[in-house]
Amino acid sequence: MSTLDISSDPRDTGLDERALARRLADLWQTPRGIIGTLSSVDHKIIGRRYIVTAFFFLLLGGVLALAIRIQLAKPENRFLAPDLYNQVFTVHGANMMFLFAVPVMEAFAVYLVPLMIGTRNIAFPRLNAFSYWIYLPGGITLWVAFALDMGPDVGWFAYVPLSGPQYGAGKRADIWAQMITFTEVSALAVAVELVVTIFKQRAPGMSLDKIPLFVWSMLVTSFLIIMAMPAIMVASTTLILDRLVGTHFYNPAEGGDVLLWQHLFWFFGHPEVYIIFLPAVGMVSTIVSTFARRPIFGYLPLVLALFATGILAFGLWVHHMFVVGLPRVGESFFTASSMAIAVPNGIQIFCWLATLWDGRPVFKTPLLFVIAFIITFVIGGLTGVMVASVPLDTQVHDTYFVVAHFHYVLVGGAVFPLLGAVYYWYPKIIGRMMSERLGRWVAGLVFVGFNLTFFPMHILGLIGMPRRVYTYGPEMNWGSINLFVSLSAAILAAGFLLFFVDAIRSAFSGEPAPENPWNAPTLEWATSSPPPSYNFERIPVVSSSDPLWETPETLPVATGLRTDRRELLLTSLSEANPQARESSPRDSIWPFLAAIATTVMLISSIFSAWAVVWGSVPIAVTLIAWFWPKGTPEDAA
Amino acid sequence: MRPRLKALLGAACALPGASCVGWQSTLSPQGPHAESLLRLIFAFAIVCALVWILVVAMLAGALMRRRRISREPLASRPREERRLGMLVGAATAATVVVITGLTVLSFVATRGLEASHDDALKLRMRGYQWWWEVTYLDPRPDRIFLTANEIHVPIGRPVEIELSAADVIHSFWVPSLAGKKDLIPGRDNAITFTATRPGVYRGQCAEFCGLQHAHMAFLVIAEPPEAFDGWRRAQLTDASAQTTSEEERGRGVFTQKACAACHTVRGTSASGSLGPDLTHVASRRYIAAGLLESTRGSFAAWIADPETLKPGSNMPNVPLTSDDLRDVSAFMASLK
Repeated sequence: MSTLDISSDPRDTGLDERALARRLADLWQTPRGIIGTLSSVDHKIIGRRYIVTAFFFLLLGGVLALAIRIQLAKPENRFLAPDLYNQVFTVHGANMMFLFAVPVMEAFAVYLVPLMIGTRNIAFPRLNAFSYWIYLPGGITLWVAFALDMGPDVGWFAYVPLSGPQYGAGKRADIWAQMITFTEVSALAVAVELVVTIFKQRAPGMSLDKIPLFVWSMLVTSFLIIMAMPAIMVASTTLILDRLVGTHFYNPAEGGDVLLWQHLFWFFGHPEVYIIFLPAVGMVSTIVSTFARRPIFGYLPLVLALFATGILAFGLWVHHMFVVGLPRVGESFFTASSMAIAVPNGIQIFCWLATLWDGRPVFKTPLLFVIAFIITFVIGGLTGVMVASVPLDTQVHDTYFVVAHFHYVLVGGAVFPLLGAVYYWYPKIIGRMMSERLGRWVAGLVFVGFNLTFFPMHILGLIGMPRRVYTYGPEMNWGSINLFVSLSAAILAAGFLLFFVDAIRSAFSGEPAPENPWNAPTLEWATSSPPPSYNFERIPVVSSSDPLWETPETLPVATGLRTDRRELLLTSLSEANPQARESSPRDSIWPFLAAIATTVMLISSIFSAWAVVWGSVPIAVTLIAWFWPKGTPEDAA
Repeated sequence: MRPRLKALLGAACALPGASCVGWQSTLSPQGPHAESLLRLIFAFAIVCALVWILVVAMLAGALMRRRRISREPLASRPREERRLGMLVGAATAATVVVITGLTVLSFVATRGLEASHDDALKLRMRGYQWWWEVTYLDPRPDRIFLTANEIHVPIGRPVEIELSAADVIHSFWVPSLAGKKDLIPGRDNAITFTATRPGVYRGQCAEFCGLQHAHMAFLVIAEPPEAFDGWRRAQLTDASAQTTSEEERGRGVFTQKACAACHTVRGTSASGSLGPDLTHVASRRYIAAGLLESTRGSFAAWIADPETLKPGSNMPNVPLTSDDLRDVSAFMASLK
């Protein structure tokens, strides 16, 4: 490193605005060129890549959904052969859950959390880069396999023995299991980064009772990920062992247990729903407060509701297994706990309604999505109460009633807020506004299209249509409703298409966005749009949960961070009192190379168990290089 | 029922070709179990619809209510806050009451379904990819028999079915009679139901079980006890004698070709056990687990090309001459 022209004091205290901005830019800017691009550890660049990639997977998954609707539009349709149909619905589900919903929520957190809490970068920025570079090949693996007619065909839940060595032919189930490994590694990495960032890097003064609700929701979500994902890791790994090495975890003939898989899968699978839904709750709280023009009503109950939901989420998994023949007492417990989770969710809805009631709603596109969310999600929540009842569930389980239910929860409950969040934060991320006129159309088309598509599925389930059937006979009388559903899906698709058009068009020709276009209260709006590489010239100091409403013109700042190395301010866990200055790593190509090495190992291990042994060598090499001291000022922390 | 549901249901029933009194419908219960479940579904649906209407009304009120002058976002009004707090608290309390009520309702319904019966008709169903093996059990071994994809039950008498699976997980579901129960390899499950009205009720595998999950149906034929006894007696007999020479030759083809390796026809030398028992196959309404009606033409088509009719099915394509095919289909059609 060349010596920087720092006289005696390396700190930012005495510098004027312009000199400080120049120095910070030199320090934090991602280098140019292909190597620089692959080396970036800027949470905003990585977050943006994550978001774009996840939405691309949404688009692909949506195309599969339309293929399903074409196939089911009439009885005995021959648009998709059964083998292809099974791949299509499996890849649709796995893609939407593992490659879209979870990553997109984490992506928003990776981008927004450091800005919302007033720090310069996420904790463990190289791990953050690694998490993206491991997520991308996981997604590519699934889709390339699908393109090669090797796509998983065992459902996104991959129940054994159907996915086991005896019945799951070829490498299809292995592709599913390894895709899980990729996305779990990436999700766990991000969860750890977020917990540390939120615990230790908050702006001075941002005590626990002043943390923005989106950040709270991501904290709870991260803990859910850390506790739930190991279960699916165990499940997918033992499945691969059964398939590749000949273990018998799931083979009843050799003392294995088929239901063990279901317990492991749903111990992860139910919290998974909340891993997707809780970030959306945070988005809704944020949007409601900003557009109701008042602080959120019931901050404390909302935070407690997040925690209650997070804890209860681990006591519900058996409600996915009500028809496997478990003892009555167990079933009753899980009915009660599944019903109970309606209470914290109810509290959230009531607090949002109270905020809107007492505020002065401004009907911009993000708020329209929140309105659509409340109307739609409440239906999903209530049908959730229905399926929580064991006897009722024995009739609707594995029918289109459940398909309707979980799409109401996941699309109504998570994707609607997500679209609202895109309209809300787009100006900050891209620096340009999305179209308000198109936004209204998108909200309307998606809301109407969604309800027309999915509401009739409740009826289809009640009149006997099971899930995951590639066709049905004309004697079943399901044809007309299915045709109606398929036609409605076209409206929904048009809404999403318009959304993509608006998002892409606005990136080029949208109106330039000011710092705080919505006059919102949280810290991410206290910097330029898009934010500079170092986020804030000086670290803000807050004394309220709505800092920009408290002190709109003169946000106090902290000084004293060095300008000759990347440095963050660490604060205490509960009060956020300044504790220490901590260096933050520079850009590095090694996370990218480590991810490539890991990818090679994971994909090879589908074909040979020895790949785990030999594939570990390059991974070890890249990790050693990653952590080897490079003699930068940051090493001397 | 929630108004939207009712309206949509009405619309769905009015559509040409649609029918809500389907033969595989939760909404047309034909026995006490399904009736109790339908009452439960309606009770939940009504409560949920009311809750939804209330929430949406509150939302509409919150959004459309006329407001006084605008004020600063942070202007605090303690009285207003307290009032809102009480409203949110009351709504939460109401939620707890509703949820508790529904939970109790669910428990009561579970209990009502539990009664056990000593005089139940006992049979065993075993799930295969993609068909159902049925065994009628009896203390007397000579009164036990096998059939497939169609069960007959006497009305008014409880039926207890032992459920097991031969390969992957399947699920037994006849919505008009009862809720579903999984068939799981390595585990024994059972389900009990009673049919109160004579009729033909369709069931279908409800757990994804592979390529032909969509074509794994079966029928439950509920009939008066006398008719059931007659059917049972007929099923206990060996295959009926062949009357024409065509049928006779067909039997020869059947027993000498690959057919006999997998299928049993009692009274002949065919005694395979990999596929369905065909002793009285022509007395069943459908073949191939609900795929085709049992006509002679269907038999011929199915034997000639099972892979096209049910891709992935374990029934192999046995090469036959056209004469053999004609004869064997005549033989099949004679197995009343």
